[in-house]
Amino acid sequence: MAEDIQQKLEKYRTAPFDARFPNQNQTRNCWQNYLDYYRCQKALDAKGVDTAPCDWYKRVYKSLCPLSWIEKWDTQREDGTFPGKI
Amino acid sequence: MAHPTQLGFQDAASPVMEELLHFHDHALMIVFLISTLVLYIIIAMVSTKLTNKYILDSQEIEIVWTILPAVILVLIALPSLRILYLMDEINDPHLTIKAMGHQWYWSYEYTDYENLGFDSYMVPTQDLAPGQFRLLETDHRMVVPMESPVRILVSAEDVLHSWAVPSLGVKMDAVPGRLNQTAFIASRPGVFYGQCSEICGANHSFMPIVVEAVPLEHFENWSSLMLEDA
Repeated sequence: MAEDIQQKLEKYRTAPFDARFPNQNQTRNCWQNYLDYYRCQKALDAKGVDTAPCDWYKRVYKSLCPLSWIEKWDTQREDGTFPGKI
Repeated sequence: MAHPTQLGFQDAASPVMEELLHFHDHALMIVFLISTLVLYIIIAMVSTKLTNKYILDSQEIEIVWTILPAVILVLIALPSLRILYLMDEINDPHLTIKAMGHQWYWSYEYTDYENLGFDSYMVPTQDLAPGQFRLLETDHRMVVPMESPVRILVSAEDVLHSWAVPSLGVKMDAVPGRLNQTAFIASRPGVFYGQCSEICGANHSFMPIVVEAVPLEHFENWSSLMLEDA
């Protein structure tokens, strides 16, 4: 599993087509991957396991999400005002 | 870019735009044929001294001028739907670029690998070099590798804008808080111009878009240079 993720990350070009978000509006795609990264981090940290598999979500949200949105959400997470559930 | 007294589309720089151009030629030809026929009939009716008082109805002609328009409509609909579905196909982009609309400039973010971002302001008319295009040139162009599927995610940081490049056949509204996806393939190297297409305040007409399609190595060199400068 971990090796697959490593391989996928090495061959990463850009966020691939995600069948959950097939249409024009990709807002949710960006949001979901951002959430998934931090949730994955939190879950794997809690188990004490290597969080490298979470990097896939990070690459995807970095590709899709505008920098200003990422900054805003990062600040909100630090302040404890982030609207999503992590 | 557009030329003075231009009537038709700009030369296509992407496969989708080529299809749209050919479809437009097809539909416009049908329109011209029908209009010529109608104009001829009007002139013929108006310029004759003969009067027809004895034909009350005709089943045959009624059938013809019902079926024929239906056939013409089908002939228009089929290529139209073909292109619609073509544009909707799942493509596998090589690159994702975010185009963010601001009052009154665009900013582009290339974040697949590093965090490359830069603003793209219109070159004021008094600062143009000879040969450059008024109200169309920008200080930084959005450079893309040619012949590669590119995904563009369009959004806005303040009010509505719209990211449009006619020769690539692309127009996508920039809505604050929303990420709109579109894609294109630049089939040839070149410089392609567009303008903001949604009213956004005083300088709406002065925030153009310039896309420069180059071979992949040139794109890689450009992005390394841009990262260093930033």
